[in-house]
Amino acid sequence: MYDGIVQELIDELGRLPGVGPKSAQRIAFHILQTESFDVSRLAQVLTDVREKVKFCEICGNVGEESRCGICRDARRDPSSICVVEEAKDVVAIERTREFRGLYHVLGGSISPMDGVGPDDLRIRQLLTRLSDGTVTEVIIATDPNMEGEATATYITRLLASIEVKVSRLAFGLPVGGDLEYADEVTLGRAFEGRRTV
Amino acid sequence: MPTYRDEGIILRTFNLGEADRIVTILTRSHGKVRAVAKGVRRTASKFGSRLEPFMVTDVQFYQGRSSLDTIQQAETLGPYGADIAGHYDRFTAASVMAETAERLTDAEKATNQYTLLLGALRSLSRGEHAPHLTLDSYLMRAFSLAGWSPSLDTCSRCGSPEDLTAFVVHFGGMVCATCAPPGSARVGSDTVEIFEALLTGQWDFLESVDRRHLARVSSLISAHTQWHLERALKSLEHVAR
Repeated sequence: MYDGIVQELIDELGRLPGVGPKSAQRIAFHILQTESFDVSRLAQVLTDVREKVKFCEICGNVGEESRCGICRDARRDPSSICVVEEAKDVVAIERTREFRGLYHVLGGSISPMDGVGPDDLRIRQLLTRLSDGTVTEVIIATDPNMEGEATATYITRLLASIEVKVSRLAFGLPVGGDLEYADEVTLGRAFEGRRTV
Repeated sequence: MPTYRDEGIILRTFNLGEADRIVTILTRSHGKVRAVAKGVRRTASKFGSRLEPFMVTDVQFYQGRSSLDTIQQAETLGPYGADIAGHYDRFTAASVMAETAERLTDAEKATNQYTLLLGALRSLSRGEHAPHLTLDSYLMRAFSLAGWSPSLDTCSRCGSPEDLTAFVVHFGGMVCATCAPPGSARVGSDTVEIFEALLTGQWDFLESVDRRHLARVSSLISAHTQWHLERALKSLEHVAR
């Protein structure tokens, strides 16, 4: 245990996800000992991020205004919506530069064991967005794990009664991997989704 | 090297650090094991879907100095998860089963609970019966194996086999008219028949029973399980029935 404020700093840093006591101690001493480290800049950014960053009222993505940059961009195609679990998934898909439509961030995935059901996600808001007929395709890009699959299944079932094309991101082998290490489910899905070349 | 190998059912996973997960596995011979799967969240992970919930997997563990073991290798034995996640009602039922198994077992060997869960997940993935029936049957059998079978043919207070009219969770099952506290849930012999059918797997009979009657039995089973576990099963309220 350190005295007073040093220990307070270590404790506060230790509350961050993925930061254990040793890492917290290392970061705290870096802040204390490195003269070039601009503490006031870090403090200002932390304060700003809490005050300025909002969740987009349309898609649930993060931004500094009531509507995020993607929803405000008139060049984006409003007829297709890509449904993702988290705002960080929007960034991952944007990096591909393959998709020019809009997004819908659910805020997680259905996980009954963690007490998260469909009503805890932004599924109702998705249905509201689809009600005016502008959207013709919904691309479900939830994580390729059990919860993500179940969430996709649930949304697909909900959208069955609406006249909209529903697609799911393809499953397959990761580029750079070895076929012999592929698990049965991934390899099976890769066969299902094979395409003519 | 302190390694061991066992087959197990993946019950649940928690994200750990950048790309790792802590995986809770009900094994055939080592009871419930919590182990770290390194790099499993990366798309090029060698584990792929093998360590996803409801998968049955042959796992090699490394027993290090920490309280958590490390998963070194995994091979799929039963890819039930894929078929379960493709049907929402199967997924919610399997979630309750996995949460129940997690609560009923510890590090002691529990081969009977393992075998029961294995059979239930296999049946669920093949869609052999309605998911809510498979779930109720699993819950009845899992609690019976744990020693918490509800008393069905004698009064759970006085032991009398006569005039059993109510099901009282905190007494442990059926009670006679004399012992039944005021306001307790009144049930008939047809309800007892359903309980017994769920315990013994009389599927033809169960599939012919009126849905509302089954729903009432399901709510009694839910109350029975939650009473014995002392804490609510989070997944139970999300079951699609």
